[in-house]
Amino acid sequence: MNHILPLFVAVPLGTAFIILILAKVWRKAGVPFALLTSICLVIFSVSVIGQASIYRMGNWPPPWGIVLVLDGLSTLLLLTISVISFFALLFSIRYMDRYTAKPKFYALFMLLVAGMNGVVLSGDFFNLFVFLEIASIASYALVAFGCEEEELEASFKYLILSGVASTFILLGIAILYSLTGTLNMADVARTIGNMPANNAVLFAISMFLMGFGLKAALVPFHPWLPDAHPAAPAPISAMLSGVLIKALGMYVLIRLIFNVFGLSPFLSSVLMILGGLSMVVGGLLAIGQDDLKRLLAYSSISQIGYVAVGLALGTPLGIMGGLFHLINHATFKSLLFLSAGAIEYSTDTRKLSKMGGLSNRLPVTTTSAAIGFLSISGIPPLNGFWSKLIIIIALVQAGHYILASVAVLVSFLTILYFMRVQRHLFFGDLPAKLAKITEVPYLMRVSLVLLAIMCLAMGLLYPFLSGTILDPARDVILEGTAYVHRVFGV
Amino acid sequence: MIVYLLCSFLFVLGLYCLVAKKNIIKKIIGIITMEYSVNLFLVLVGYRARGIAPILSKGADKAEFIAKSVDPLPQALVLTAIVIGLGTIALMVAICIRLYERYGTFDMTEIRRLRG
Repeated sequence: MNHILPLFVAVPLGTAFIILILAKVWRKAGVPFALLTSICLVIFSVSVIGQASIYRMGNWPPPWGIVLVLDGLSTLLLLTISVISFFALLFSIRYMDRYTAKPKFYALFMLLVAGMNGVVLSGDFFNLFVFLEIASIASYALVAFGCEEEELEASFKYLILSGVASTFILLGIAILYSLTGTLNMADVARTIGNMPANNAVLFAISMFLMGFGLKAALVPFHPWLPDAHPAAPAPISAMLSGVLIKALGMYVLIRLIFNVFGLSPFLSSVLMILGGLSMVVGGLLAIGQDDLKRLLAYSSISQIGYVAVGLALGTPLGIMGGLFHLINHATFKSLLFLSAGAIEYSTDTRKLSKMGGLSNRLPVTTTSAAIGFLSISGIPPLNGFWSKLIIIIALVQAGHYILASVAVLVSFLTILYFMRVQRHLFFGDLPAKLAKITEVPYLMRVSLVLLAIMCLAMGLLYPFLSGTILDPARDVILEGTAYVHRVFGV
Repeated sequence: MIVYLLCSFLFVLGLYCLVAKKNIIKKIIGIITMEYSVNLFLVLVGYRARGIAPILSKGADKAEFIAKSVDPLPQALVLTAIVIGLGTIALMVAICIRLYERYGTFDMTEIRRLRG
């Protein structure tokens, strides 16, 4: 029993309500409370590194009661969520000045964090669904936060598609329940393991693939992402692209495919095809974009494809690369979205064609953005290089030469579209309209610089990272359905 | 068996309504239909003809209780799912109202500022 586990959900959930109530008397209650909670969550998630435990709600044993399961994989995701949300909050303090209803923003932000932490920790299907919906509903509202035409349209599209995905997930859960008579993930895994191969299980898996694939924005299910992520305020874009698609999409897919159903060659190849398609389609669509945030959103689709391909391999090296790319993408993509937000903050435009020569005017923002670009394009010593390299080596080792060459080609594609961005940001003449722009406020710069340092540090300190957080996460995935024994404590 | 077929028909009907209709209010109705067909399916999973409420009273025969009582878990799940659905639908309708204020139409084909 680890009594810190429920706090991961309870603290942000409580803060969300406290902020809304206190906001009636103290208009600025949002910032201090949200920041404090976020710092607490970072401390909590650092303190659980290397631990593996389960928490039984009300002390009911697993098949009957609700359990929260902490292991290497959840720790990795918890750390990512809390660190990225801390930086996004730090950035949002000044960025949100231009919006009204700030207490509501911070309350929704906390709900988003609570939902994601819940998804990552939950040990049974229905709680997972409930937390998934908490995080999703908070994200729909946050995408529409500006309440302008584009925000509303994007949010509505996102809402409809994601609503369909949730319905499919619930249907999958209902089918599994009717088949096994239990909702506990470990118990479902045990029951399915003792059954002969069954078409109903395959049907449930396909429902989950569609539902969580949509949340992860893998390619046939991606059309909501390039609308929703750019429309949101910059800190939220960073949260959505950096963490939400991974916590709600990739994490759950990995957990279900590896620990509950067990990786079969068929599932592996399905996930690999989806991942390969995402890499190529996302990369190709990103090239033609003129809107900086939209370009970043398409590149998110492309990068999540790398994660999916690496994990679907199922070899230790592939899983390692996938997980490393997952946390790397969280850092550099949130850095890039925050830089895009900072650039929009001072220039009031997101169109690349209207920018130019910004590096003299915005030295800090453009330098940190450059580190993000270099990292995502895979330039050595930065973190993006190592994870892409590991994934490509793992693909070659497993004999998937075509996919390996696709991965290499897409990484050239990434360099190509970021070269275009660099040309518009750094070189060329400063348009007359932008002659008077100034560097963004101090707190925003701090957040950008810290994230840029993280990109560099994660590349250089890979051996340390792999020993502390990546190896335990990989072992959880590799143990497959042995997950059952851990939950039941035998 | 026929009940399950009708239930899946309801699901497909909702999906059709969501895909084929242009009016965003009708799309919302499609989503609601889909959600409710899944809820119905969950209730059907725990249903038992002439079942009794799953409350064990004092002195009741345990064997008879086990043979007759319905499964209470799906009902609890459906209750939660309905509440979540309510939250989502409230948000959808709120966004619809804002969309109408901005665009002056409920037609999805005219609400197309984002593309590419």
